[in-house]
Amino acid sequence: MSADDVRRIAIVPAYNEERNIGRVLDELRAFDAGLEVVVVSDGSFDRTAEIAAEHGAHVVQLPFNLGIGGAVQTGFRYARENGYDLVVRCDGDGQHDPSELPKVLAPVLAGEADIAVGSRFAGADGYRSSAPRRIGIRLLALVVSAIARQRVTDTTSGFQALNRRALELFAADYPHDYPEVEGMVMTIKHRLTLCEVPVRMREREHGQSSITALRSIYYMTKVFVALFVGLFRRSVLPAEDV
Amino acid sequence: MTLAAQTPLKVSIAATVASVLLVLVVFELIRSRRLQERYALLWLLTGTTLVVLSAWRGGLNTIAAWFGVRGYPPAVLFAVGLLFVILVLLHYSTVISRLSDQNVVLAQRLALLETRLSEAEGGREASTAGR
Repeated sequence: MSADDVRRIAIVPAYNEERNIGRVLDELRAFDAGLEVVVVSDGSFDRTAEIAAEHGAHVVQLPFNLGIGGAVQTGFRYARENGYDLVVRCDGDGQHDPSELPKVLAPVLAGEADIAVGSRFAGADGYRSSAPRRIGIRLLALVVSAIARQRVTDTTSGFQALNRRALELFAADYPHDYPEVEGMVMTIKHRLTLCEVPVRMREREHGQSSITALRSIYYMTKVFVALFVGLFRRSVLPAEDV
Repeated sequence: MTLAAQTPLKVSIAATVASVLLVLVVFELIRSRRLQERYALLWLLTGTTLVVLSAWRGGLNTIAAWFGVRGYPPAVLFAVGLLFVILVLLHYSTVISRLSDQNVVLAQRLALLETRLSEAEGGREASTAGR
């Protein structure tokens, strides 16, 4: 099955990304002219929504900031309501290189996985990050690998491709902060298949990442509590019913 | 020098049981999705702190001595418990404030959308009626 036969959409969450969003959208277009794009502006108060509309994207402007999980889920719901069969997630800050999209799409198009995650660490190419952050990422990868009984290397990557089954699951139920980590565990618990593909990611060009050191510790604690409690939770929606 | 007062064993056991129960209830609330992790963290911190202080009598006695509580060390449990209750309440006050702000924004957006919709529908009817 080639990508051209499938109704596909890119979900781009963005919070005050007026300096990056235009280029991200142009690059997505250049990669795949048949790819629809929905930008979820998460309570942005700059020109993110206007610029996204000028660059030909569908725009959902949230009335206030919901956080990454709520914003991305809005995109999933948009995709579900409008009958898309294939979804890619691509951040609005330019970190995710659209030229790497074919790699992320391939396993889902081939029917080898319900969800494919672009990993910065699965391949040889070095991705530089601060030491505490690297340790956190390692620790999360270890814990999630153990719970999922499958080796994963990059649990916080938002560069993902999903088929309709995975889309239905996440449209119905998606975690709030660091949603990718819990999302991976949910995927496995609902007996969907997940695979990682090595990708390159870029450094942000403009602006600051929304995650500061203190917030990272808070999020990490919360994610570990969520993962631990999740062990004692039966999956709410059996995959068959989705 | 007289010996500093000790925590009675019965008090320690009762307080430990109570705080372990608190942790378990919070855990079950998260598990059944009636409590979000973001609002549970402070409760979990409260519970685990109280469990540690209740079960570890030596620690409680020492801490009581630091703060000059000579008569009855378990009083420190009340103080710590009260401190956490105040923190939780303050946290909830900020949460409620944010929620009520967002509620106003939502009501305004909804009302404006309804107006836009009815004006759009009304406009179409008016133009057909005019023909």
